Order: sequence, then structure tokens, then C-alpha cells
Amino acid sequence: MKEANIERRDFLKRLIVSVLSFSSPGLLKAQEKSKESTSLYEKGYDPEEHLWGMGIRINRCIGCGRCADACKRENDVPRLPFFFRTWVERYIILEGDEVVVDSPTGGVDGFKTHVQEKKLVRSFFVPKLCNQCDKPPCVQVCPVGATYKTEDGVTLVDSEYCIGCRYCIQACPYGARFIHPRTHTAEKCTFCYHRIVKGLIPACVKVCPTQARVFGDTKGRASPLVRFMRMNKIRVLKPYLNTEPKVFYAGLDMEVK
Amino acid sequence: MKDISFLAKWAKKFWKKVPDQVVRLSIPILILIIGFIVMRNLLVPSDFGKYGHFRAAAIDELVSQEIQYSEHEMCFECHDDVVKAKNMSYHRGVECEVCHGPAAAHIEDPEGNQLPAPRERGYCPLCHEYLPSRPTGFPQIVSESHNPFRACVSCHDAHDPKPPTVPKECEACHAEIARTKALSHHVYISCIRCHKTPKEHNIRPRAHRPEKPSTREFCGECHDEKAPSAKGVPRVNMETHGERYVCWQCHYPHLPEAH
Repeated sequence: MKEANIERRDFLKRLIVSVLSFSSPGLLKAQEKSKESTSLYEKGYDPEEHLWGMGIRINRCIGCGRCADACKRENDVPRLPFFFRTWVERYIILEGDEVVVDSPTGGVDGFKTHVQEKKLVRSFFVPKLCNQCDKPPCVQVCPVGATYKTEDGVTLVDSEYCIGCRYCIQACPYGARFIHPRTHTAEKCTFCYHRIVKGLIPACVKVCPTQARVFGDTKGRASPLVRFMRMNKIRVLKPYLNTEPKVFYAGLDMEVK
Repeated sequence: MKDISFLAKWAKKFWKKVPDQVVRLSIPILILIIGFIVMRNLLVPSDFGKYGHFRAAAIDELVSQEIQYSEHEMCFECHDDVVKAKNMSYHRGVECEVCHGPAAAHIEDPEGNQLPAPRERGYCPLCHEYLPSRPTGFPQIVSESHNPFRACVSCHDAHDPKPPTVPKECEACHAEIARTKALSHHVYISCIRCHKTPKEHNIRPRAHRPEKPSTREFCGECHDEKAPSAKGVPRVNMETHGERYVCWQCHYPHLPEAH
């Protein structure tokens, strides 16, 4: 057989040439794609001027779940009851320090009366979402650098880089992340980044009928959030983890984990 | 000049001394280094690291997401009468899009994208059904017994929600307290026995507030040892029993725990 007599040196030469010629169009294309971007940050929005945060007044939340519903509509989150960027939990504290936490369909369809035999001590609703940590564990564990923190303090996901490995879901102490069933990449609350950079407030804050959610800038200027943080005794979730969340709760019960 | 020629001579000498295997090895190492630099330039997008350790284009992809919930002021442009009425009512904090859904598409094309108005009975109870978890004072009903099968909008205007008639019973608004009291030993004591309530409170509840008892002697009218009340009423010596406090610092009058 003649082909079998090809020399090693020749074979290696041809191999290198063919690999390069096959891969070069893809490489060049990737290069071009990145050049197309025109940045929004150059159109008048300066991320260094802001540091976004959210305040939640527990004793105003009526558990209507309109925030979870609005979030799904605004951000095209699947309506199935296990994909949430924000959701509402109901805490029921019974006699004997028994704590029942439930969140049927994340609160989107409201809450039904919880039937229990023991006597009720206290009960309340806790809206939850990504805490937009100042030291986000999810960013630390991402093996491909797909999740990142912007200068205005919002943690975001680059869905083109995300490989869907679920490390960040494991790392998040607040259970705020999920894998989108269509894109198979990690997703989470973005503080409605597409709205806040245009001067609007997040959809969940907008629809809250009792103004239990407050949104604004924590950076010095007068904003509803600065006022909220001055007038209330505030707490964050799991402070012992040193994640330094930027979602602040007023009137948070000690049983809330 | 002297220096350079000296250096060149030294380099020539040095190069001759370098063993052959080192020279041969340095060639593939050089190729690897150059290859790495070339590949890095090709693979890492040029806008990476512009604002931090991420692609600048990723921000733009996120920001280009379509806005569904529009600005509140936009509703006023066409529906000024409704918005004005709502802004004077108890629902002034409730934005239009809470009930009518996201309106961005409707603002673009008002005729083509009509917004739904939830008129069925199931919608209002999302907020107003009685739940013990809801904050005290928030208006709630028990829909099982509250005019069953009738749509809420047949009696209440969602843009100016008021009770259709002046409530006769305190329970209509103060359901949580009424329910608690119904289970307590104070079940047969009417609200107005302790809360002197002006008549106007039924019509303008926040402008005319009911009074609350302010002294320990008020509770003593029934619970003092010498009080002329029924036999089963628990009694204490008002002189010695917790004299530094008013009664409701320890006992909740709507559900007194003492047996």
C-alpha cells in the first residue's frame, strides 16, 4: 500500500497545515463577533456612580406574590413552579418553636390558609431574591468566569460563557440561582439590570402594592433606599457568611434562614 | 562603539558555549510561547476586561432585553380620569400594572394590545383574603362567607375601593382582632366597651380614630377584688399586682391568657 509509506515528517507537516486551515475561519469569526459590541456604558450611564441595593419591609409584605409574577413576566422566566428569580416565603412559627416554611408556586398564585393542629405563635411573609453580595461566592466558584460583578454592584451571568456546570447553584447560600430549561445556562435575579440602567426601578419593586420593596442607590445620594436604611433597623440574610448582601431587611425574624 | 563590539564578541562566545540540546529545545518552547500569545489574542474577545473581568458585550446583551413594565406616568396620558381617581383612593400605592399586567406593548399599540382587567372573584383575594400571616390592619375578608359567588367588582370599585355601605360591625375591617377576640374570654365584651369610637370613624377611619383605655383602673373596673362584676371573672389586688405596669404590658386584652 502506497499511502502507508508516507514519512513521519511529511505526515506531521500536513497535519499541522490541515488543523490550522480548518480552525482558522472559526477563530476569525469569534474575533469579529467581539468587535461588533457597542457599549451602553458609553451612552451616559456611569456604573461607578451607583451602587444598587434593595430594602424589604417584612411587616408590609402581604404575601400577594405580585412581585414573583411580575418578575416572571418581565424577564421571561418559565412559569413552571420551580424557576424563580424572586419568590415569597411564608414563615409559620408554632408553639414549641416549630417552624414551618412554605412557598407554594413561589407565591405567584397567592397563599392558602395553612391548616395546622398546633397553636400559631407568629407568622409573616419573606420576599427573597438574589442578595447581590458584595463578596459573591458564585463568582468565586465559576470555572469559566461566566458570572461577574459589575462596578455598580450587581452580579450578572454571561450566558454565552456559561457552560451550565451548576457550581454557582451549589455555592449560592441563598438558593437564588437555577438552570434555565431552554438555554441550559445559569440564571438569577439581575436587579432588572436592563431597567435600572435606563432609570427605571425593577419590576418587582414597581408592582409591590404595599411598597414593601424599596430600591435605590446606596452610594451617598438621597434615594428611597438611603432613607429606608436610615429610618429602619436593618439586617441581612446569613451575615456570618461574610457575603455582604445588598438586600436589606427591616423587621426580619430570627427564624428566617 | 568599543562597548558594543565587546558585547557582540561576548555574545558570540556565549552562543558557542550553549550546548546543542538546549538550542534544539528552545525552538519548540519559543513556538509554544508565540502560539499561546497568538491563540490568546484570537480567542479572548477584544472587549474583555474593559469594565472588569468580563466581556463588555455581555452587559449590552443583558441591557438589550425588552422592557415589559412601563412607566406609571404613561397611563395618565390617556386614562387620566381613572388614574386621578385611583391616586385619591386607598389604592393610590397600587400601580395600574399590578392588576392590568405589563403595559409596554399596550402603549406601543393601544388598540392591538388590549390589557386584561381581572373581574373574576379569585383575583382580589390574592391580597385581601384573610391570612394570619398578613400584617395587622390590612383589609381582609373571608371569601367563603363574604357574599359567596358574587364578583368583587359588583359592589367595590377597584379604582376607588371603599366598602359599598358604611360597616355596622367593627369586624368588617378589624377581622384579625375580631377573630382573636371571638376565641377569648372577652368574647362577649363589645369593642366599644373599651374603645370609645366616634361615629365618623365608620366613614373616615383615619381622620377620626377610636380611643384606647389609658389607665390600669379601667381594667380594675371588672378585675379588682372589690369590683361589682360577675363571679367567674378573674380578680387581682390592684394595689399589689404588677403595680409598676399598665395591664396591657403583660396581658393582651383581645386574648387574655389568664384562666
